[in-house]
This record gives sequence, C-alpha cells and structure tokens, in this order.
Amino acid sequence: MRLKMKNFDELEKIRKEKRIQLDLRVNSNANTREKHILVCNGTGCTSSKSVLILEKFKELVKQKKLENVRVIKTGCFGLCAKGPIVIIRPEDTFYAHVKVEDCEEIINSHIIEGKEVNRLLCKDIDGSIVKKLDELNFYKKQKRIALKNCGIINPEDIDEYIAFDGYKALEKVLLKMTPYEVIGEITKSGLRGRGGAGFPTGRKWMTAKEQENEQKYIICNADEGDPGAFMDRSILEGDPHSVLEAMEIAGYAIGANQGYVYVRAEYPIAVKRLKIAIDQARRYGLLGKNIFNTGFNFDIDIRLGAGAFVCGEETALLESIEGKRGQPRVKPPYPAVSGLWGKPTVINNVETLANVTRILLNGSEWFSQIGTKNSKGTKVFALGGNVNNVGLVEVPMGTTLREIVFDIGGGIPNGRKFKAAQTGGPSGGCIPKEHLDTPIDYESLKQIGSMMGSGGLIVMDDTKCMVCLAKFYLQFTVSESCGKCTPCRIGTKRMLEILERLCSGEGDMIDIYKLEKLAVNIQKASICGLGQSAPNPVLSTLKYFREEFREHAMEKECKALECKALSKITIDPEKCKGCGLCQKGCPVNAIEGSGREIRTINQDKCIKCGTCLTHCPFKAIGNG
Amino acid sequence: MINLKIDDVNVTVPENTTILEAAKQAGIDIPTLCFLKGINEMGDCRMCIVEVEGRKGFATSCIQKVEEGMIVHTHTPNVLEARHVILDLIISNHSKDCLTCTRSGNCELQILATKFNVLNVEFEGERTNHKIDDKSPAIVRDFNKCILCRRCVAACNNIQNIGAIDCIGRGFESCISTTYDHSLNDVDCTFCGQCIQACPTGALKEKENIDDVWAKLKDPDMFVVVQTAPAVRVALGEEFNMPIGTNVKGKMITALKRLGFDKVFDTNTGADFTIMEEATEFVERVKNNGVLPMFTSCSPAWIRFAEKNFPEQLEHLSSCKSPHQMFGAIIKSYYAKKYNIDVNKLCMVSVMPCIAKKYECSREEMEVDGIRDVDYVITTRELSRMIKQANIEFEKLEDSVFDDPMGEASGAGAIFGTTGGVMEAALRTSADLLEGKSIENIEYKMVRGEKGIKEAKLNIAGKDIKIAVVSGLNNARKMMEQVRKGESPYHFIEVMSCPGGCVMGGGQPIKNSKIRSTVDVRKLRADSLYDIDEKSVIRKSHENPTLKTIYKEFLGKPGGEKAHHYLHTHYTKKDKYILDS
Repeated sequence: MRLKMKNFDELEKIRKEKRIQLDLRVNSNANTREKHILVCNGTGCTSSKSVLILEKFKELVKQKKLENVRVIKTGCFGLCAKGPIVIIRPEDTFYAHVKVEDCEEIINSHIIEGKEVNRLLCKDIDGSIVKKLDELNFYKKQKRIALKNCGIINPEDIDEYIAFDGYKALEKVLLKMTPYEVIGEITKSGLRGRGGAGFPTGRKWMTAKEQENEQKYIICNADEGDPGAFMDRSILEGDPHSVLEAMEIAGYAIGANQGYVYVRAEYPIAVKRLKIAIDQARRYGLLGKNIFNTGFNFDIDIRLGAGAFVCGEETALLESIEGKRGQPRVKPPYPAVSGLWGKPTVINNVETLANVTRILLNGSEWFSQIGTKNSKGTKVFALGGNVNNVGLVEVPMGTTLREIVFDIGGGIPNGRKFKAAQTGGPSGGCIPKEHLDTPIDYESLKQIGSMMGSGGLIVMDDTKCMVCLAKFYLQFTVSESCGKCTPCRIGTKRMLEILERLCSGEGDMIDIYKLEKLAVNIQKASICGLGQSAPNPVLSTLKYFREEFREHAMEKECKALECKALSKITIDPEKCKGCGLCQKGCPVNAIEGSGREIRTINQDKCIKCGTCLTHCPFKAIGNG
Repeated sequence: MINLKIDDVNVTVPENTTILEAAKQAGIDIPTLCFLKGINEMGDCRMCIVEVEGRKGFATSCIQKVEEGMIVHTHTPNVLEARHVILDLIISNHSKDCLTCTRSGNCELQILATKFNVLNVEFEGERTNHKIDDKSPAIVRDFNKCILCRRCVAACNNIQNIGAIDCIGRGFESCISTTYDHSLNDVDCTFCGQCIQACPTGALKEKENIDDVWAKLKDPDMFVVVQTAPAVRVALGEEFNMPIGTNVKGKMITALKRLGFDKVFDTNTGADFTIMEEATEFVERVKNNGVLPMFTSCSPAWIRFAEKNFPEQLEHLSSCKSPHQMFGAIIKSYYAKKYNIDVNKLCMVSVMPCIAKKYECSREEMEVDGIRDVDYVITTRELSRMIKQANIEFEKLEDSVFDDPMGEASGAGAIFGTTGGVMEAALRTSADLLEGKSIENIEYKMVRGEKGIKEAKLNIAGKDIKIAVVSGLNNARKMMEQVRKGESPYHFIEVMSCPGGCVMGGGQPIKNSKIRSTVDVRKLRADSLYDIDEKSVIRKSHENPTLKTIYKEFLGKPGGEKAHHYLHTHYTKKDKYILDS
C-alpha cells in the first residue's frame, strides 16, 4: 500500500491507473487478457463456506501458475438464495451454489479451456439457464445506487474503491463546495433517512449546522436489528468506504471533526472490514488532521453495540456510546441539537450515507429524478420468507410490492399463494394481496398501515397464520423492550399474553378489544420509536385479517393450521377413497385404517403438521 | 417570559419552565409518578403526558419546556384513556397488598389509583416475582411493589453519587438491582436511605424494630431508656398532620413516656459530648501537627462510605463515636452505676431520623467492655407508628420535659440535626478552647443554608482555620478526592450523608413528589432547629452543666483515656463488595 498522500492529484493518479486495471469488472468487452474470479464473501455466502472457496481458487491459480487470473474477495452480490456465488469477469459468468470441490473444474474448464461449467450455471425461476448476472429477472428491475460497488470491488482494498470514483465526492466537497452548498445539494436531492422514519437528511444536517458549538459529531447508525434485515450489513461488508466518505462529507457540512460507526458486534465481517477501511483511509491521509492540506480534520472510530435492538433507536444509541444503559431519551431535544455528550450530532443510517457520495457526484437533479414525488432515489430491501429469490434487492422508490415479490423475487415457492408481506419488521405492518400494487414509498406504506422501516421485507404464503405473525413480532419487541417506559415495558407484554391466549384457544372477543385498546395507547404514549411502533404488526394484521382473529377467538379455529391447539385435521368420509396415501406421509402414524377402509385420524397422536393434506389426491382431508 | 394556554387558562411563565410547572401555576395538577424535582426528570412512567396542539403524539410534561403560544390540553379523552391504561398496567404488575403495606396512605401509586377511580384492573397478567432482600440491618427491598420509576436509582446515583443500584434486565424483566444482584448489605450501599425517601411506593423501607422495642417495653424486668435525636422533634409532627417543621419536642416526650419508656433523654446531650471530644481532638490535631483535615464522624452512612471507598484515608476521620452511641455508652456506664441499674436489664433505644444508625448500632465496635452502647434504633417514622398503635392522640398531648439528670442540652446540640450544625457547634467550643476565653459571637452563619458545599476561613487564636461543610455523599466524595490528591485546603470538614443533613435523613417522614416540588422541607425543619438553638439558655456544648458533672465525676478530661475508652471508636477498611455471600 502506498504512503500518505498530500493532495488530491496523487489520489487522481491512483484512480486512473487502477480504473484501467479494473475495467473488466464492469465492462464485459474490456480489452484485457486478465480474468477476475469474484467470490462472494458476504455473511450469507461465508456461512456456506465461501471463504474456503476463495482460498481454493487462490491455491489453484498459484499451483497452475495462471498469471493473468486474479481471485477477488467481494461483498454480497444480492442473490443470496443461490449462494455461494462465484462470478468470472469480464465475461460476467454467474455460477451458483458453488462448492469447494467445484473450484478445480471451474479453473480447468472455464479459465483454462474457455468452456463454461454448465451444471453450475444459474437457473432462473422459469428453469432457463442464465449465463450472465444481469440476464436474471432478479436483477432486471433493480437499480443499484447504494449497492453500486457491492460485489464489484474488493472491500478490503481502498484502491479498488478509489478506482470507482472513491473519495472523488470528498474532493469535490472540500475543494469546491461550501458546507451550505453541500447541505443544499443533499436537501435538493430529496434524500430521506433509510433507517425507517424517512426524515429529510438535508434538514437534519442543516439543524446541526445551525447549532453554535465547537464540538459536533457524525454517527453512522449500523445497529441493524430487524429480524431478517441485512441491508446495512451488506453495504458495510461490500463497500465500507462509501459510508466513511459520506461521514466525512457530513462532518464537513455540519462542522464536525469526529465520527463514530455504531455497529453490532454480531456483524464480525462488517466490523473487520470497517476497521481495515478506517485504517487504510488513515494511512492515505484521507482521515485525520488537515486532510490533504485542506485544513479539514476528521476521524472515525468504531463503537460496538451489544445486540440490543433498542440501541438502533438514535437516542438509546447515544446513551450506549456514552457507556450507559441503552435506553432512549425523551425528544425533543433532538440529537442534531443535543446529542452525543450533549453536543449537536447527526445520526444517519448506513444506507442513507451510502447514497451521499453518489448524489454529490451525479448531482441532486439526477437523484431526485429517481423515485416518487416525496420519496426519492432507491431503497434496498432484504427480501426473505416464502419467496423464491431470497436476497438483497435495490429498487427505485415507487416500485410496487408485486414487482418486488413476483418479478424480482420470482414469486412464491411450492405453488402456494401470496398472503401478505411484512415491511418494516417488528415496527412495520403487513400488506395483504389487495395492496400488492401499492407503490413502495414512505407515504404509501404509511397510508396502508405499514412503514418503510429499514428494509426488511418478509413474504408470507397462505400457510401462515396472521395471529401467529403478530405474536411473533410481539415476542420480539417484548424481549427487546428496554423497560424504561411503562406502556412498552408492561403493555407489550400484556399484548403478547393476549395473542398467546388467542393462539392457544383461550382467548375471546374481549381480548381482541383489549388488544386494540392497548395497541392504540402504547403507540401514542411510549417514549421511543420501539414502543410507538411495537403495536403496528398487531394493528395491521387486525386491519386486514380481523376475521382470522375472530375465528381464533370465537370458532377456536386456525385455518392456516399454524396454531396447533386450534387445528384439528379430519378426513371427510364422503370423499375418502381409502387409498392410504395419507398414511404413507404421516410422520407419527396417526392415521388409522387399512386396505380400502375409510381412513380416520387419531387426534391424540396427530401433530397437525399438515403433511396428509398434501398427500391426499381427493382433497378429502381438511381442517375442521 | 413565555405565554401559553393550558386547558384554556392563559399562563405566563419564565423561559425553560416545564409544562408541568406551568400547569401548576395555572392551578392544574398534572399527575406524575416517576418525577422527583431536581432528582429524577426522565419521563419514564408516562403519567404526565399531555396533548400539545399541532404536535404529533403526546408531550411529556415533566420534562418538556413551554414554548410561546403553546396550547396544551391535559385531559382530552385521548390523554385520559392513555393515562388510565398506563396506570392500569402499572397496577397490573404491582402487588396489591395495600392493607399490609407500610406506605398505605402515603403511597403515590395508591393516591393516583384513588384519584383516577381504578375499580378493577383491566389488563391483568403475569407478574414479575422478586425475592425480598432483608439481609441488611437497615433497608428492606420488596421489588414486588416496585414500579420501575427509578427515583431510587436517581437518588443513589445522581444525588449521592454512590451507584449501588441501577436497572438490570430488559423489558418486562427489568428490575432495580445491585452488583451481581447481591443484597444491599453486601454491596457499596451506605444505608443513607435516600432511596427510601425517593420511593413512591412501599418497595423500599427501613428494617423495622418496632416489635423488638415493644417486647422490651412489655418486659417488667427491663429498664428501657430512650433518647431522641435533634432532627426527630422537628419532623415527627408531620406524621400527625402538623405543619412541616413544627417543633413537637414536648408532645414527643409525653408520648414516649406514655409508650412506657422508663427514662426519656435528649441525644442533644450526647451531641454536646461529641462536641467536647471532637473539638478537643481537633484542637489537639491543630496544635500537634496531627492529620488534617479532620472529618466529622457522626454520620454512619458517611463512615461506611469512607471505609468502603477511601480505606487509606481513615485517619482523617475523627475517632469520636456519634452522639447517640456516646450517649448510650454513658447511660450504660455512668448512669447505670449511679442509679444502681443492672446494666444487663437496661435497654437503650435511640429514635433517629436515620436509616444508617440501625447499621451503626449493630457494628461490633459499638460497645464498651462487652456492653452494647445502643440496643435498638427506630426511625422517626417508626416512632410515629408506635404512637398510633398505642392509641395516643398525639396532637392533643400536653408538653413534657426530658428527664433528669440528662435533660438539659445546649443549643449547639440541637443544631446537630442540620447541615453545618456540627461545625457551628464545634466552632463555638473550639474557639473558646483555642482562645482560652468565652467568645461572644457564636453564630457562624456562613455554614448555614442548603448548599452542598460551604466553606469559610476563620481566624481563631491568631490561627487561620479553613473549614468546609458538606452534605450529600457526592460532596463528601469530592472532599476525600481532594485529600487523596493532597489538594485539600481545609483543616476541618463536616460531613452529613444526607443532602441537607439529618433533618432530611432516610428515617424522616416521607414527603411525596408534589410536596417536595413545592415546599423547601429542609429549610422548614432546619429553621425550627435554629429556633431551638436561639431560644436556648446554654448555646455552647462545653457550658452544659450535665457534661461538666459527668466529666468531673466519671470521664475525667475531654480526650482523656477514659473518655477515649467510652466515647471513641476506630475504623477499618471494608470490602466494597462481599461477593461470596
């Protein structure tokens, strides 16, 4: 690695050199004899041993003396369902579900002989073989701004970031823009906080700028805690410098000289890459005192969170950094006025920051043309649940849920039907099929009782019970409540108790009334976002699936068969032909009868798994 | 000034006033639970929520400041319903054994339940279950009554800067606890009892000794002597609906006699002994280049604090026992012998404004030749309960006087009950001792008043003496830190553990949040003590004739060998935490 640089010209020199070398990463017609084998080393693929794949490739390249081949560690490509993923550039060949044992074949066949390994090529939902990444339906409707570099660069090499316009926005800002111009540009772009609430970023920066104080802080909130969400983690793992650069820019804009990244200790890869990135940026002189002789000082340190969900709430996060118990403060005052140690503090989410450099380089106008009237740009979603293409997607604001679930996500597996999707995790709400065509932006989601949230998007098919769904999220908020204020501490617990009663057949209609009364009051009276939004999953499921609640309370019935205490599987003797297929599938031998006899289910033995329902060719088995 | 409208009433208040305070000015009493003015202003309980026009959600009136043109509504249907739900939820996780709770009638939760007419609990459910901690000799914690308001935590951390307790666990399982969830007895708690004063419910209380005392009183063979601390007489009346700070000395003595105590003595006389010994010790230290600054040693929570936190600096503490321990030692020796009372049948009870005195009297050092100085300490609150149990109509009692031969105490002894009082009393005597004559000007007003740290420079017998008076352990810590760094400019430092001194002790009548927000309780009680001093004929400890007699007949010289044997003690390093318990 090079030594500390003195000015931006030296940086530009590296950028030019490096950009030529890395052209093949983004240009399939690049004029080069080199080949880059990109191996995803995001958390998802790493958990499927992609680190071993990376090492194996390196070993083979060395062993076979392949001088023009480089093996590159990258962040997440997005299509986690197909992991571990390997991509060969410049031809952009996409290999899915790669195992360590496959490496040699890829090297021999693809690299040496120039023949693709067909069996490892990715299959799209329709069964067609897809050779290139961007031919996949999964990628066609996406627009990558925040994730621009993810899967393209090596996140542990600052030069690769610099090659793709890295630290160019910082240069522009420090040399050519006043702090007010920077804030103006961000304000005009219409960028809003991606952490969930959607507060205008420019306005937040302006408030902090206007505070007269020698000491101000920039904090990157990387305490991503929604179950099923991994957008911020992927950005930090794939492109950490984009966040650091944006923090510096924010620091310049508001007059701060110190930044903190508050990141969960449960994100070891992200933490490691952040550390490397900060270290490299410091060594280049991109962080520290008098950066590139501009007189601007800025440094960044990491603060690890211990995994409390509430510490993602900005004031609880501040308490945690200050070394106190992570619990929220009453607002106002807002952190931009009185934040860390009482100083004006801007707290931005990872994804928000990841947009900043792109906006400053491409202009606010470019950014504000993407998205809808009040929600500009794109949004990254962690798509999960009952959907074929589980993974990370970035779409322009205004894309409909239908497009995300069916076009990008490839629809619902196992031929089941879409029932609902949950956005915003435990703070959000469910969206039923009648709202599939709602454009996804801050206002529209709020209007239908959900919220953007940080980007978790869980799809549910028709085997899911919505009372159970509400219970699941309440369990989460009950265990993650900090215990500071009464409504959240005791109220959510009481809501959970009611949901548990409903799911076990002990609830009644008064319980539903109580549930709603609690929900409404907890929403209004809690101190922080956690408590205020904790009832959302209950209120939205009640709004769209009230009948299911009623069935649980009155008929003691769970049609989705998820509440075991409420499900009774029976065989209709009129329809049963005595074929015995159901018996073969039953894991607990609960189905009685032999030969051509009409079968019956022994309710004492039955575990309500529902397997027999799928085995019966005559639709004779049902719930009830 | 800021103009706003609360429930259609126009109010004008200074900037930075909270909505709660502004409402009070408009005659609107917004309910609170976790709020304790100047101590706990966190907005946790949510009882004080109000609606502010144009603002989303509720505002937290105990913290949020007024703004020009603000329109506030404190009892809209929305607010009322939310407040009802919140109260219901708190009660749903509270043990509702009000009939057997010491705080019944003076419980802030009970008052709210009555105010909002809570007739049934709508949201009953699982209740957290906590073990009662009654291991210490001073404080009992029953967290089944805790409502997580954290006023105790604030008192311990923010006021006393001890940090013995804080919140542990999350969500519904949250509770207030200690290091490793140990008993208060085994952690850095000093037993100052300020947490009890802060608690709105019965989750924190003193370890009662009422039954022990009743048993002794009922035993015909026992000769039971009681002594009462100066601060008790200016607070006891409050438990009988008398104005705060009323001096009920005469009624108190009558009541104690009716309860069956054989002799009723005044701890103020004990305080006079303390001054004689402490002033002598101080003069010795000054004259002989002894260890300075010297700290007073009457406040047992302060002693426990010093032993646990500054074990290397214990020689800075005066070796004097506290007044009631000194007095107990004299009663059980000089007095018992003189009046031919079998010391094994003599029971010494102290009525104190203090929780830590219960611990102090149980310390192993607090005995002479195997005879315990004091057998039981009961608090002002416990005495009031005994009086009520004995069916005594306190308000109607005639006045009585303390029994001879210990009855007559000096005014200096009386002001022991308030911050600065020990110093003032000590100065009166030290000045006379150092000057070798009786000084006329005896009011040292610079050591009076509510400030946590007061200091003064005096010239006594041609010598510059720098003194400091601190109350509250946070301030005591500052003094000890200075000593540790070798930067203490003082010669003599008075320490009282409770902010404001003994009048605000942990054993005094508990004043609820509303009273504490609007009335300066400390001042009313302290003024009453200064009034007693002013009206006293004898205002210097060393001029107390009883003292003179006892020194002459029994103790010998102040600071002498015999006086040391009976009236002094020693301190030892104590582990901050006893972890293998």
